[in-house]
Amino acid sequence: MKKVKGFWIYVVLSVVIYGVVQLLINGGILNPFYANTLIFIGINIILAVSLHLVIGITGQFSIGHAGFLAVGAYISAIITMKFQLPFPLALLAGGIVAALAGLLVGIPSLRLKGDYLAIATLGFGEIIRIVFLNIDYVGGASGMQVTHLTTWTYTFICLFITITVITNFTNSRHGRACISVRENEIAADAMGINTTYYKVVAFALGSFFAGIAGGLFAHNFYIIQPGNFGFLKSFDILIFVVLGGLGSLSGSVIAAILLTVVSTFLQDYPETRMIIYSVVLVLVMLYRPQGLMGTREVTDLFGKWKGPKGGNSYGK
Amino acid sequence: MGSNPLLKVQSAGIQFGGLKAVWDFNMEIHQGELVGLIGPNGAGKTTCFNLLTGVYVPTEGDISLEGQRLNGLAPYQVTRKGISRTFQNIRLFNELSVLDNVKVAYHSLAKHSIVSSIFRLPSHFSGEKEMEEKSIEFLKIFQLEPYLYEKAKNLPYGMQRRLEIARALAAGPKLLLLDEPAAGMNPQETHELMELIAFVREKFNLTILLIEHDMKLVMGICERIYVLDHGQLIADGTPNEIRNNPKVIEAYLGEEAAESHAESSPN
Repeated sequence: MKKVKGFWIYVVLSVVIYGVVQLLINGGILNPFYANTLIFIGINIILAVSLHLVIGITGQFSIGHAGFLAVGAYISAIITMKFQLPFPLALLAGGIVAALAGLLVGIPSLRLKGDYLAIATLGFGEIIRIVFLNIDYVGGASGMQVTHLTTWTYTFICLFITITVITNFTNSRHGRACISVRENEIAADAMGINTTYYKVVAFALGSFFAGIAGGLFAHNFYIIQPGNFGFLKSFDILIFVVLGGLGSLSGSVIAAILLTVVSTFLQDYPETRMIIYSVVLVLVMLYRPQGLMGTREVTDLFGKWKGPKGGNSYGK
Repeated sequence: MGSNPLLKVQSAGIQFGGLKAVWDFNMEIHQGELVGLIGPNGAGKTTCFNLLTGVYVPTEGDISLEGQRLNGLAPYQVTRKGISRTFQNIRLFNELSVLDNVKVAYHSLAKHSIVSSIFRLPSHFSGEKEMEEKSIEFLKIFQLEPYLYEKAKNLPYGMQRRLEIARALAAGPKLLLLDEPAAGMNPQETHELMELIAFVREKFNLTILLIEHDMKLVMGICERIYVLDHGQLIADGTPNEIRNNPKVIEAYLGEEAAESHAESSPN
């Protein structure tokens, strides 16, 4: 019964956050700049959580995530701009095609481990970017015009679905299988877990949500260019996950919020922006090498207050 | 003894490039037996385990469990066929709780799909509940129940060993392979381990193959022993036969010792 109660608290909290922000936007209290920052934070959280599933849960060090963001962005833009189909459909299609791209990339490259996998995914991410760079249908290097369709409502619904699905996946036998791959792949294999299957599933699921984020991203900026999806974008996402703490979903959410806010406010100081941003990262890594949250979740902290037995976050 | 062996290995071997690690390896294990595999360091014992569990694919020969061929199956498939193992250097899922370590082993016995877990369908809840109940029941048998929510890495060494055996058994094996279960244990812990092995064997009607360096343990509980040296079987038989086998003594102590043993043994 406890887990059901926890779920309803989560739903109520989400509705409250959504409602308050929506009211502030409608009432004109939140100016468009801040509203847009909130949407951007939402997109970054989706990206961070989707990569968290691949790196934090399954332990597969992928640094080509911006490639799947690009796939989602371009596919959804094509659907709304070229075929004039509705936006939700475009988001879904972007996610599905990104997931297929994830399968295509994941099946061969997930045989690799550690550094080699990182290099392979980095390469695939760049390939995807260069493919879009050379397709005239989507504007090549000059990019593609996209109408502004992303709203706070769409962003929040996608964010809610992403976090719910990934949490549910993690807290099940399938998520445990992924964690066991991260913890000790040889032992996981010896316990009857098809490690390749779970690596590919986690990778495809992560790519799906990156694709959804891509759809939101494309329709938030009026124009998308292949240059937006270079490896620096992949590293931005990677930093959210590592800074938040590998294996902690709430950690990656907090890190995504924190870093998006920091980099947004630093836009006023373009000369020193990257210096300050880097200093923040260096300081966090010096004093919290395990990331902001380590492997713990926010809910674990509540559990500690209630009593020692509430500490088990998995499988509940 | 039954006519059909549970595990049958016929002249299996593996070659790494030009190096023959193990060759012409023959073994028959019958239902309910407790068999030891011994040999000096580097003899190829763990390689044999890796052949049996599918980590390595044998370059020659045949391995079958209950008449089903195992060659070429991936390790997870071999486990589902009924062979599970522990490791020489403990390989627990350190960041997972004791309970979750065992739940992972129950993974392939549960049925609920990814879709049912994502949408939290009833089959997810019933499946997870069953896994949890079974795992707790299991940990009770191994007296690890007080540590259910403790991270595996925080357990003391002896308990980690016990948890690893518990986890291997939770996967529902017909044949359990133990790779040096007593490594790094003091005599008291080794004694407890011997009792534990005897206990689980009876309780789960298990067949066990174990690698061990502790001769007291091997001679004490094994009914039959295979001896491996330089990748080849040099002897097999009851503990007594092995103890007096000149080839075995030579492998362990060198030629001179074997000769002096042969001279002294008639007295």
